[in-house]
Formats: sequence, structure tokens, C-alpha cells
Amino acid sequence: MTAVKRIPKDQIAIEGLTGDAAIAHALKQCDLDVLAAYPITPQTIIVEDYQKFAANGEVHCRVIPVESEHSAMSACIGASAVGARVATASASAGLALMWEILYCAASMRMPIIFTVANRALSGPINIHNDWSDTYGARDSGFIQIYTQSCQEAYDTTIMAFKIAEDHKVLLPIMVCIDGFILSHNVERVEMLPTKAVENFLGVREPFIKLDPDNPITMGPLALTDYYFEFKEQQERAMEAVPEVFAQVETDFEKMTGRRYGMFEEYRTDDAEIIIFTHSTPGGTAKATVDVLREKGEKVGVLRLRMFRPFPTKEIVEVVKNAKAVIVFEKCRSFGAPSNPLALELRTALYDLEKRPMVVDFVIGLGGRDCPPTTIVEGYEKTKEYLKKGKAPLYETMGVRK
Amino acid sequence: MPMIEIRWHGRGGQGGVTSAELLAKAAYIDGYIGVQAFPYFGAERRGAPVKAFTRISDKEINVRSQIYTPDIVAVLDAGIVGLIDVTEGLKENGTVIINTQKSPNEMNLKKGHVYTYDGTGIALKNGLLVAGLPVVNTTMLGAFAKATGLIKLESIQQVIRKNWPGKVGDKNALGAQEAYDTCTD
Repeated sequence: MTAVKRIPKDQIAIEGLTGDAAIAHALKQCDLDVLAAYPITPQTIIVEDYQKFAANGEVHCRVIPVESEHSAMSACIGASAVGARVATASASAGLALMWEILYCAASMRMPIIFTVANRALSGPINIHNDWSDTYGARDSGFIQIYTQSCQEAYDTTIMAFKIAEDHKVLLPIMVCIDGFILSHNVERVEMLPTKAVENFLGVREPFIKLDPDNPITMGPLALTDYYFEFKEQQERAMEAVPEVFAQVETDFEKMTGRRYGMFEEYRTDDAEIIIFTHSTPGGTAKATVDVLREKGEKVGVLRLRMFRPFPTKEIVEVVKNAKAVIVFEKCRSFGAPSNPLALELRTALYDLEKRPMVVDFVIGLGGRDCPPTTIVEGYEKTKEYLKKGKAPLYETMGVRK
Repeated sequence: MPMIEIRWHGRGGQGGVTSAELLAKAAYIDGYIGVQAFPYFGAERRGAPVKAFTRISDKEINVRSQIYTPDIVAVLDAGIVGLIDVTEGLKENGTVIINTQKSPNEMNLKKGHVYTYDGTGIALKNGLLVAGLPVVNTTMLGAFAKATGLIKLESIQQVIRKNWPGKVGDKNALGAQEAYDTCTD
């Protein structure tokens, strides 16, 4: 790989792209060898656009139109095992049908990039956004990164290959965008020259691969003798992610001037109340905080990007002196003490002697809109809870009761 | 410049979502940094009233909800005006642009600075047809340029020609020009 240099402005192409199209363009430039996918709304445009590139001869990639998502991820694993650079895309029920194979991809250490347009799970059937699909897969062993804008989705997709393929990591990554809200939203996207992306990523160097001349077996049986050790290795790979992630972001920043971090801190320095969320509500929260700040409220946003591995220590550092942290999350864990994002945060904070109050709001299930007024309502409620010194473990917002 | 929020009303199949997207694309040609265009997140059927949204700003746009208090409302099908309140949430001094043969006064809206133009007539005259029916979305973009002054007509014609290369693009660009020339308040 040649040294990474800042790309001059006149080589950047500016396009109006939806989140799906931005990801498709990123995949086009990442020199994939194989893409195997099955269509599902709101992800379909990713694969549809990529198929067009393939049909036009713009990419040299084998596109496998499989008969199900279970097969899609299986085909990805097979291709990744011979050393190919591989991607797929799905959402909701499609992701659910991949379930069994998600765990295989991660435990076999296949650096597959899986772009997800987050969508609610059935039933009732719903095509719109929440985070139930990928939150459900949080223990599958995939790295998970959630993005807020089409530019960020484009950039993150490119960086994901370099993180996943690093020999210290060798884990698959889910790059997530909010279904419809981002997947179907046209925004201004700055695209790098393809040559620059190719230089940045280089060619995948597999650590070990299936090779007929040197036959090996991958993913065979490990019972009481070795299974546990495999799981231990997966965890160590997760622990290596932050360092590799930071290095990749540093290189990407040299090229583009952009870096995102494992999370974004927005006006948190002197914040007494910090809003903790991700994806598109992270953007709406920032816009809302700007208005609240003008009224003198000391409030900021911690927009999470990396949910797996969860940046525990770093997040504690940011929020530990706040009076309260407000979680807005688009998923419900039925019967749980609270919901996935708040559970992570509460665990992270538990060992502190003095903890901020954590308030958990479930919002936007099945695509119900989350306007700034939702954020303000949660903020006002939290101020009341602080006065009382007590908050419920979680509550829903924006639902008819 | 504060962020401008635009709501598009049309019927499924009339190209309202395409209008929202093409306007966003023209906006970044004109140098706006923050640009968003997205459909209403609901079920959409051909012929049913549908909505789409555009936001433009000279700064990055963070908010990502639907639009409830638009600065501008564009109505592709005047028949919708009797069915739903197209001015719902419209900001004070907001603008409404309607495809109709009627004058702004005849529309008799509760609020908004109203502009009208005969988009359907222009579409029929220039052969802007899909499946035999007039499609007015590109004419609305020309009317939008005239009524708001936010986007240059040239930028709109550029994105139209890029979206439909060749003759179709030329016809639509001409339609936008005629809408620009005839849109009045």
C-alpha cells in the first residue's frame, strides 16, 4: 500500500445520493470479489445499484443472487474462506433468517462487510425503521457500527473493510443505517476517486485460506475440548478492535479530513445532562441541543457509533460527571429490566461511586417519527426526575396507551 | 440563511418524490451544504395523496425527522387541496406553490403567499407524459425557482438533463422554463 495522502478537492465527486446508494457506491470502489445477497426493503437499492455496476462492467465482482439470506451469508463465508473480499446487505426478517450463519461468520473469523438498513421485525409486518434487527444480533460476534448521514455511511463502509481484514481483528462488521430515514434520504455525498480507495484498502491478505493444493478444514467440530478456547479468541479479537479502528480512522482522516470516532461528543464539555443515542436520532438530538443551549440549558449529545465492541471505559469518561444521561433507543427487550442500549450504559456505570442518573426512553418502534419535540419531552421529563431524585427503569415515548 | 423546509404534496405516481430529490440535487449545485430529500415514511399507492420533503441549508443539517412546519409547500395536484389542509403547519410568511389553472386568489387558502401556474397545461403541450398522463414534477421545479428565488433555473435544468439524458431531459427542461416564465402570485 502506498502512503495515504490528502485527496485534492478537484478529484472529489459530489453527488446527491440516498444512504443505500452511498453504500452501493462505496462497495463499488472497494474492489469486492464476491457479493451475495437477497433483496429486502429498505436495503434493496444497495444490491440493486451494485448489480447495475456489475452489469455495466464497472466492477469485477461475482454477484451471487442467492435464494435466501441464509444462503447469502453462507455464500459470503465460502467466498471469504478462499480469501475473497466479500460483502452482503440485508435488514429485518432477512437478517433474522441469517441468524445461524451470522455466528459462523464471526467465529470462523471471516471479515465480511454486512451493510444493514435497520428495520423493525415482524409481526405485524412493518418495513420501517427501528433497531430490533441488529440489536438482536449483538451477541453474534459481529462488530456493529451505526451511522448518521449518507456521507458517514459511505466513509464507514470503506473503512470497515480495512478494520475487518486486519489480522489483529478478522471479524465481520455490520455497517448500519436507519431504514428509510437514511436509506431513502438523498444527501450531498463527497466521493473519493476509486484509485484512492483501492490504495487505501490494498488487496486483502488472508491470514489463512482454503486452497485445494494445501487442503485444510475450516469451522469443524470443537466440543468440550476446544470450543471454549475458540470463544476466548473471538473475545480477544473484539478487544483488539479499538486500536485498529483508531489507526484506520487516522489514515482515512489523512486522506479526507474526516474522522468519526467510536462515538461523537457534541457539546458535552460542561453538560449536566447528556443525551445518549445513535444513528439518525443522534442527528436530531444534536439539532435539538443547539436550540436548548440557546435557552441556556447545559445539555450535550453522546452519539454512539460502535455498539460492538462497546467502548465502555471511554463512554464512562465522557458521562461520569453528568447529573443524568438520557438514553433514546429504538428497541424493546421484552421482559428485561430496561432495554439494550440502557443496559449497556448502566452496566458500564455501575462500578462508579457516584453515577449519573440513567433515564431510558424507547422511541420510534416500527418507524414512528422522532422529531425534536420527542427529544425535548425526554429532556424535560429527565429534569423532573432529577428534582425527584428518582426515575423509572425505562418508559416508552410517542406510543398511544 | 436559516434552514428551509419544503413539503411536497402530490398523488402516488405523479413524481413528487422525484421533485423532492431533484430539488435537493439542484441545491447542492447552487452551493448549499446541507441538503436532504426524503419520502413520507408511510404506505404509498398510485393515485393516493402522498408527501415528500426537502431541506436545504448553507450549513450541515442534523435534524432527521419529518417536516411539520414547512417554509414552502408545493402542490402538484390541486385536487388534493379540497381533501387535506396543504397549509398545515405552514410558517408565517410561508409560500404555497400550486399546479392549477386558477389564480392564487381563486385558490382561497387560509394562509400563505400563494403562487399558481398551469403545470398540467405545460406538460400536455410539451408531451411530458407517462402512460398517457401528464407528469408535472419538472414543471413544479421551474415554478419553485421563480416563486422562491432559492435555486437557479439553470441548476434545475442541469439536474433534469442529467436525470433524463437526451430528448426527454430537453422536453422537461423546457417545461421547467415555461413554468418559470408563467408562475405568478
